[in-house]
Amino acid sequence: MKRKNYFTFVVTLVLCLALLAGCADKPSKPTDTAPIKLGGIGPLTGGAAVYGIAVANGAKIAVDEINALGGIQFELNFQDDEHDAEKSVNAYNVLKDWGMQILVGTVTTDPCIAVAAESYKDRIFTLTPSASSPEVVKGKDNTFQMCFSDPYQGIVSAQYIQEKKLGSKIAIIYNNADAYSTGIYEKFVSEAEARNLEVVSTTTFTNDTASDFSVQLSEAQNAGADLVFLPIYYEPSSLILAQAKAMNYAPKFFGVDGMDGILEMENFDTTLAEGVMLLTPFAADAQDERTASFVKKYKELHNDVPNQFAADGYDVVYAIYEALKDKDVTAETPASELCTQLIEIFTNDKFVFSGLTGDNMVWSKNGEVAKPPKGMFIENGVYVGMD
Amino acid sequence: MDFLSYLISGISLGSIYAIIALGYTMVYGIARMLNFAHGDVIMVGGYMSFMATTRFGWHPLLSVIFAMIICTVLGIVIEQLAYKPLRAAPSLAVLITAIGVSYLLQNAALLLWSANPKSFSSVVPFDSLRLFNGKLIISGTTIVSIFVCVIIIMTLNTIVNKTKIGKAMRAVSEDKDAAQLMGVSVNRTISITFAIGSALAAVAGVLLCSAYPILMPTTGAMPGIKAFTAAVFGGIGSIPGAFLGGILLGIIEILGKAYISTQLSDAIVFAVLIIILIVKPTGLLGKKVLVKV
Repeated sequence: MKRKNYFTFVVTLVLCLALLAGCADKPSKPTDTAPIKLGGIGPLTGGAAVYGIAVANGAKIAVDEINALGGIQFELNFQDDEHDAEKSVNAYNVLKDWGMQILVGTVTTDPCIAVAAESYKDRIFTLTPSASSPEVVKGKDNTFQMCFSDPYQGIVSAQYIQEKKLGSKIAIIYNNADAYSTGIYEKFVSEAEARNLEVVSTTTFTNDTASDFSVQLSEAQNAGADLVFLPIYYEPSSLILAQAKAMNYAPKFFGVDGMDGILEMENFDTTLAEGVMLLTPFAADAQDERTASFVKKYKELHNDVPNQFAADGYDVVYAIYEALKDKDVTAETPASELCTQLIEIFTNDKFVFSGLTGDNMVWSKNGEVAKPPKGMFIENGVYVGMD
Repeated sequence: MDFLSYLISGISLGSIYAIIALGYTMVYGIARMLNFAHGDVIMVGGYMSFMATTRFGWHPLLSVIFAMIICTVLGIVIEQLAYKPLRAAPSLAVLITAIGVSYLLQNAALLLWSANPKSFSSVVPFDSLRLFNGKLIISGTTIVSIFVCVIIIMTLNTIVNKTKIGKAMRAVSEDKDAAQLMGVSVNRTISITFAIGSALAAVAGVLLCSAYPILMPTTGAMPGIKAFTAAVFGGIGSIPGAFLGGILLGIIEILGKAYISTQLSDAIVFAVLIIILIVKPTGLLGKKVLVKV
């Protein structure tokens, strides 16, 4: 027994010396090339995977571009959360163990609410590309949004419809099982009322009943609606457009950013979407140089046309880069210190960011972004600016 | 006129539920197991038809036959690999396996075809029917689904009641061991049942996607659950019951949405199910099974 203890002691001593030796070997100052660790979280599998994959791809392109420039280097580690709040928090913990310094995420709203509560406690700066509910940023000084918040979209949509005189009798079909859809709907209705727009029919559906819309469309038609507002995603929208055509009902359709993606649906009959209007921050066929180069790169790498989410992911990484590029930060800067610095920069009036999803973006103290929406309508299967 | 058009939408939706419910009810009636992967075989059928028409440029009708063949093979493979080894296992083990197969199919579809939804072009070549000066519009898909549903019910009834394999099916459903003793190959009979059920799933998948033209890896999940409800509603194990349950469920869903509330349509459907099951626990046309103690 005694011998064994002695042996343990020697081994421990040797190991301790080795540890000290290791310390001596390490450079006292980290080199400039050590990358800052960006964690990303979003659904890469499951029903909402289309959004997570797009954000991850977009962010990756931005990281590669920035790293090629020299200067600040980023390393992106993107984890799957299957659009599930619990799995999202697990993914967050995995990233924290990995040494994440800044969080790009999460992509979807419900998981983001859960994760932002954690990152607020841990003081890790969080910039979500696409979680649009006001709940995401509420009461958390470290969480910021790259996308429009839901209420803002509702208000702007009502403004747009009234100012451009797009319709006098409005029907609304929304998903009452979805925070995004109801969030926009509520603000739209109150703004419409304030602007004397007449809402003649309001019908709902849920994720489980998102296949047959004949009843909702009949109601809108019987009420004489000349504009149908669709604050929903593009999958049910595509069904609504097809069913409206089958029943010979041709009002104007007005969507929000969730409508984006409808033209990229494989085998979609784009004539169905002819004349559909939507407010979206990003259009893949915009002619400016930056968008064109991003779309080209994305197509080469992923054989797909990027949607708004890919652009959001790209912008998030660039916004962080713009904020940090002149600062003295390294891979060794603690996350909490980065957090304090970034909050200061993002809430500073002088910090104005222009990206793929909008020019001259500024952030408010509560973390919401302000940027001009772009009104688009679909003509011959492509987006055309309304203004 | 509105009522009539809602009723027709209901029957159209119901006839698709009915075709799916037939798959559940046949497998349950004969193998005494709930094949929860049935909804996902529907999705595979939809994708097969989609691939055949868009990627290979085949005629829609040919694509339906292609989908049926692939789904039949898939059904037999699933049965052989996942369910056959569990023939003697408790039914709970089989149920969990079925749920596992369901997830396997969904995730395999996700890998193969990605999560991006695809827009399905209807395989039905007919135009909508316009009655009463265009006030009532019945789509070609609706007419075809109702028609196909009726043909399938009649064919199945003939197979089960008039043919030799049908006799074997009935024997297996009455008493597996006794059927075996009388020289009926239980394994073969169950495999054939799965083959028929899966071929029906392919037809249902194509019709479902023609009526509601969107295709995702989760496309089959919700209709699968609704159709299972329809099968229970009509009396699980009974072929006419699945038909009746499916049609009624579709009508209740649409009329509930139209006249009561769009928010509560599912609540209404399931409330009716609960009431039926309280009054008649075996479902509308279910047989009373006496269990000897």
